[in-house]
Amino acid sequence: MSDYSIPGVRAQTPAPVAAADTTDAKAVVLGQARSVGEVLAQSQVEDVLAELDRDLVGLAPVKARIRDIAALLVIDKLRTNLGLVSEAPSLHMNFVGNPGTGKTTVAMRMAQILHRLGYVRKGHLVAVTRDDLVGQYIGHTAPKTREVLKKAMGGVLFIDEAYYLYRPENERDYGQEAIEILLQVMENQRDDLVVILAGYKDRMDTFFQSNPGMSSRIAHHLDFPDYAVDELMQIGQKMLAQQNYVLEPDAEAVFHRYLGLRVQQPHFANARSVRNALDRARLRQASRLFADRDRQLSADDLRTLAAQDIASSRVFQQTPA
Amino acid sequence: MMTNPTGRLTQGQFSFLPALTDAEIAMQIDYGLKKGYAWSIEYTDDPHPRNTFWEMFGMPMFDLSDAAGVIMEMQACRKAFPQHYIRLMAFDSTRGVESVAMSFIVNRPADEPGFMLLRQEVDGRSMRYTTRGYGTEKPETKRY
Repeated sequence: MSDYSIPGVRAQTPAPVAAADTTDAKAVVLGQARSVGEVLAQSQVEDVLAELDRDLVGLAPVKARIRDIAALLVIDKLRTNLGLVSEAPSLHMNFVGNPGTGKTTVAMRMAQILHRLGYVRKGHLVAVTRDDLVGQYIGHTAPKTREVLKKAMGGVLFIDEAYYLYRPENERDYGQEAIEILLQVMENQRDDLVVILAGYKDRMDTFFQSNPGMSSRIAHHLDFPDYAVDELMQIGQKMLAQQNYVLEPDAEAVFHRYLGLRVQQPHFANARSVRNALDRARLRQASRLFADRDRQLSADDLRTLAAQDIASSRVFQQTPA
Repeated sequence: MMTNPTGRLTQGQFSFLPALTDAEIAMQIDYGLKKGYAWSIEYTDDPHPRNTFWEMFGMPMFDLSDAAGVIMEMQACRKAFPQHYIRLMAFDSTRGVESVAMSFIVNRPADEPGFMLLRQEVDGRSMRYTTRGYGTEKPETKRY
């Protein structure tokens, strides 16, 4: 404003904040991109996608779907740059799959991708379950849900085991209230946050059947398949590499056989079971080394898991050989 | 008028400027969040400068990352109290600071009559002065 005005004199409206001022320099450059390559180069989405391919074993359908979504977002960005107005895409998602199939990990990557493309402003992930949303007495639920939503604004809200929100057996359950607030925010503040629901397939299906409003507001349903034994093997090796352990060549064969048996047992939780199995193998390795007090231990001794560390697992004893 | 030269209450930050737009408020909130402050919302219908205790609207908001959450709450407060004074406050929890670092008014009544200067003659020629808001003559919740 050129001339000074006395505050409170309402004749003069304050100068509107230019859109460019609120966004950072990166977004301004993104606004000029005309080709897919430019958007990808400037937003560095490619890196996240490559990381996703590299770090996550298997999950081919999920990766393909994420590529599709990323492609849509990139094209949408180009359309907006040329002034072709399209409605802001609905980005709420639903991840279904058995335990340990990587739903949370993928959600975290999703937040990064959405952030790099400028669809969420901050790109953080807030992971919650029913306990964080639903209160214990009347009037407790709404503030609790709103608090979580406020924390998730500008990022991704990840609701694990979302089907617990709805309990049909108890009609006075407060979960319904949380769902209604969620729906309202999902609809009205689409630019501010992205909601990702996760859970087991059959239970999520029932959840959506009883909450059609929720189902219609979620555009993307991603199915996380179980891992094959070879994939689990790769996952296990990645986990060990991260913790500076290696499997002895014999141990590798034993571990492969272990996984084959474990997959058929109840309560198999994919990658999580692999991690637990490896943690137990580390315990056994530690007690094996501990038993021999006078031995000088080399770095190799300390980082190698032997076949016997895995072979003494309960899984082998239960099944008649 | 001496007691109300601008026709509006001047308390807190930015109160001599024209009212901030929501976009500008969001930028201030983001600035505070970047500094690690926790935002909270308060309202009152008694704008006397010595009234430091305004009512809280909801809980203070900790662990937020984006202004949208505070804006959402602010809109809810404006809807509930359209004719009240509403201010946003940023609390700095740094050890040794532990006090309000930012505070500004984001909603005010359409008409702000200002304050009256009351004079009282005491002890011969002495005078005592006090101020009193014209708007606060009516009981709480019926003002403005």
